[in-house]
Amino acid sequence: MQPTKAPRRPAHLWNWLGVVPFFLFAALFLILPTMQIVLGAFRSPDGGLTLANLRGLFTPNIMASYMISIKISLASAIMGCVIGFCIAAAVTLGGLPRWIRGPLLTFSGVASNFAGVPLAFAFLATLGRLGLVTIVLRDWFGVNLYATGFNILSFWGLTLVYLFFQIPLMILIITPALDGLKREWKEAALILGATGPQYWRMIALPILFPALLGTFALLFANAFGAVATAIALTGSSLSIVPILLFAQIRGDVLGDPGLGYALAFGMIVVTGVANAVYVWLRARSERWMK
Amino acid sequence: MNRVWSWLALGVGLLYFFLPLLGTLEFSLRKRKGEYSLDAYTAVFADPAFRATLGYSVGMALLTIVFGVLLVVPTAYWVRLKLPRLRPWVEFITLLPLVIPAIVIVFGYIRLYNTSSFLPLTGSASGTNLLLMFGYATLALPYMYRAVDTGLRTIDIGTLTEAAQSLGAGWVTILGRIILPNVLVAVLSGAFLTFAIVIGEFTLAALLNRPAFGPYMQLLGANKAYEPAALAVIAFAITWACMGLIQLVTRFSNHTRVNA
Amino acid sequence: MTFLSISHLEKSFGANRVVKDFNLPIEKGEFVSLLGPSGCGKTTVLRIVAGFESPSSGSVTIDGQDVTGLRPNDRNIGMVFQAYALFPNLTVAQNVAFGLKVKGVAKAEAEARVAEMLRLIGLPDLGGRYPYQLSGGQQQRVALARALAVRPRVLLLDEPLSALDAKIRVSLRSEIREIQRELGITTVFVTHDQEEALSMSDRVVVMNGGIAEQVGTPFEVYNRPTTRFVATFVGTLNLFEAEADGQGLRIAGVPVRLPEAVEAARGGRLSVALRPESLHLGGGEVTLPATVEAVEFLGSILRLRLRVAGVLVALDTFNRADAPPPALGRAVEVGFSARDLVVLNG
Ligand SMILES: Nc1ncnc2c1ncn2[C@@H]1O[C@H](COP(=O)(O)OP(=O)(O)OP(=O)(O)O)[C@@H](O)[C@H]1O
Ligand SMILES: [Mg+2]
Repeated sequence: MQPTKAPRRPAHLWNWLGVVPFFLFAALFLILPTMQIVLGAFRSPDGGLTLANLRGLFTPNIMASYMISIKISLASAIMGCVIGFCIAAAVTLGGLPRWIRGPLLTFSGVASNFAGVPLAFAFLATLGRLGLVTIVLRDWFGVNLYATGFNILSFWGLTLVYLFFQIPLMILIITPALDGLKREWKEAALILGATGPQYWRMIALPILFPALLGTFALLFANAFGAVATAIALTGSSLSIVPILLFAQIRGDVLGDPGLGYALAFGMIVVTGVANAVYVWLRARSERWMK
Repeated sequence: MNRVWSWLALGVGLLYFFLPLLGTLEFSLRKRKGEYSLDAYTAVFADPAFRATLGYSVGMALLTIVFGVLLVVPTAYWVRLKLPRLRPWVEFITLLPLVIPAIVIVFGYIRLYNTSSFLPLTGSASGTNLLLMFGYATLALPYMYRAVDTGLRTIDIGTLTEAAQSLGAGWVTILGRIILPNVLVAVLSGAFLTFAIVIGEFTLAALLNRPAFGPYMQLLGANKAYEPAALAVIAFAITWACMGLIQLVTRFSNHTRVNA
Repeated sequence: MTFLSISHLEKSFGANRVVKDFNLPIEKGEFVSLLGPSGCGKTTVLRIVAGFESPSSGSVTIDGQDVTGLRPNDRNIGMVFQAYALFPNLTVAQNVAFGLKVKGVAKAEAEARVAEMLRLIGLPDLGGRYPYQLSGGQQQRVALARALAVRPRVLLLDEPLSALDAKIRVSLRSEIREIQRELGITTVFVTHDQEEALSMSDRVVVMNGGIAEQVGTPFEVYNRPTTRFVATFVGTLNLFEAEADGQGLRIAGVPVRLPEAVEAARGGRLSVALRPESLHLGGGEVTLPATVEAVEFLGSILRLRLRVAGVLVALDTFNRADAPPPALGRAVEVGFSARDLVVLNG
């Protein structure tokens, strides 16, 4: 990966001066604010140590919020991974014309960044009660989307919307990894008598596993922390954790100031655990790497 | 058989991605009863709040880019040149914003930099602007750092630096005149990506109470019917422009490199 | 008895005809090399035999069975690729066992076969390593073991040595040939390195532009090339323009009587060729005047660059300590025997 290895000189104290601005910035605007949340979650209003804030999380409402947040994040991450993988595989390995790649990757770059408020508007305009797809389905096919129980302000609705940035993100990350699969591996497997599925199960997927896993963790965190799309889409009718926290910070929901800390701490724990699992699995699956 | 499945996968993908765009475009043209018109766009552009908030966000984006470049380029350069052992740590830190939700970070800001703290940034408008800019720089850090670090990998910074030093150049000259031009494409890619992220960002701006484009869009969405669709089309066009510019600078640089 | 037969093979990619009426019968246990410049279609022929490409027309038969329409995984063929084809996520032993595993060979038998193969390639203790922990030469040996573990009917090797250092390349040549002899496996070896082809093979197929220009033993191909391409591609060659007058040839005005073994020329201008080792200093059956232009010292051999009849030619002599090479610019005579002349068609 590194063509030029930087010369190894003894790191004089002076050398460290060069990275002081970066570490200062990271400390002030990334580490300390996060520490503030973590500490705050264990501090009572009078400054003492307490578990009361965290205990506040264990109400049916808040637990349900975490559950639905995790479920949406898992669903959109899994589906994003699977669908994005299929599209990337179709383009890299499926014998489609080569010119499709460039536009697809550019579009993925756009779509993966097209999140937040405007994304919500786009789906409301398309799948809302007066949206194009809803109307076309009703007038041309005689299908009343909303009579089927579909609701854009629901678990599946939100998942469907999140996929709009999840799938492209997967495509962007996994395409180079698929390109890294050598043609010789497939051919060597085939000539040794393996079938296509055997090649995928025994060779290709194990090789791709770390990349797939990393992308999954990223997609999960991506969906779990998404605030703007959900707020613009549902107002606050769907109570996922980020919306709850948003309301708490805004002061819309008054009451217990420690609860905000606890909610935020819970979010850190969830993404932290997700990433710890990722790091652990990755270490296990990468024994064959340098 | 294989190819049929490939076309199918691509086709379904295209349908999923183009229907919302088409739907939004169609919806945004429906403001006038019974016929398609650009009324929604006219209304949006005529809104002074639209211009004010968009202007504010563009300004913030530019500031964030300048600050991000000043922070990331020297750091990435220095780490590669002098402190290679520190690289995993720096990389780890730059990836943290992808893991810690933005709403948690901004919550930390609000509590850490309130009026009674050691650094009361939220006490004044300009202080809050500054805090928002730092927040944006944090969100953009993973992308900016990756872009610049990848760019640095392709040039031999050790040799370039020694050559410049032997000619008597100081650090500022080396960074500004030698390193930056050599990683300009990477920096520009990172810059356009930062622009795309900042311009429509909602969470930080809303919670810090700044008059940015993201909260404006959300407010409009809660109160109007067709204008939000027009805004979505505009926002999509801006994102597309940023990505297109990244493609453009990358292709342009490949072109000149081949010719050189 | 022909074991592997390639007949009337044609392959086009679009309008590009890459293989043209290629025919090659191979005996059981024979080692045949496909030799030719880059892009001449060697790999394509090999990939058609393996089943990765289907021919535009023609057929491939193994042991009497027409395999042309068979998928690669049904052909029972072993193949070694140029480089990096080991599965990076599997250990050496797992790589070698892969073909046995997918064929459902019992575990104990597979383990025994893997151990046998690792012994065969001389790496009995490296079964637990991953490919990245091996040198290039070791990797290619493991690739060979992996291909042989399933007891294939035919072994195909596509430039298996070209990514290796010169020294390992030479030592692996004889190792591969030894293993091939020991197992008696029918082998097709692709290379663009003539030394490799000549030193390893029972027979060499010299290819050019998708055509098999000449098929023969290394001795035949080197000493009796039948076309100008083969003559110039294999080994170093001195080319002379000659005039034919019905009974014999004239080279730079000097008459040469051709022996019957050499095909009589039909008249007019033509090219004749001589290997550097067929020329010697001093007079001979045919003698031509020359000037010394350069001397290259190659160890056991001295290569003189001489100007003869306006053309620069190479002359090889054995190095002898008591006979220092002639000085530059000196006028000398070179002689050769008409028997060694190769008259080139076309
Ligand atoms: N899949 C393909 N599509 C189009 N053209 C191809 C394909 N594979 C090979 N060719 C063309 O066929 C010709 C022969 O290729 P081949 O790989 O058989 O050559 P080769 O003799 O093995 O050369 P080398 O020594 O470089 O490996 C080349 O001109 C190549 O460009
Ligand atoms: Mg080849």
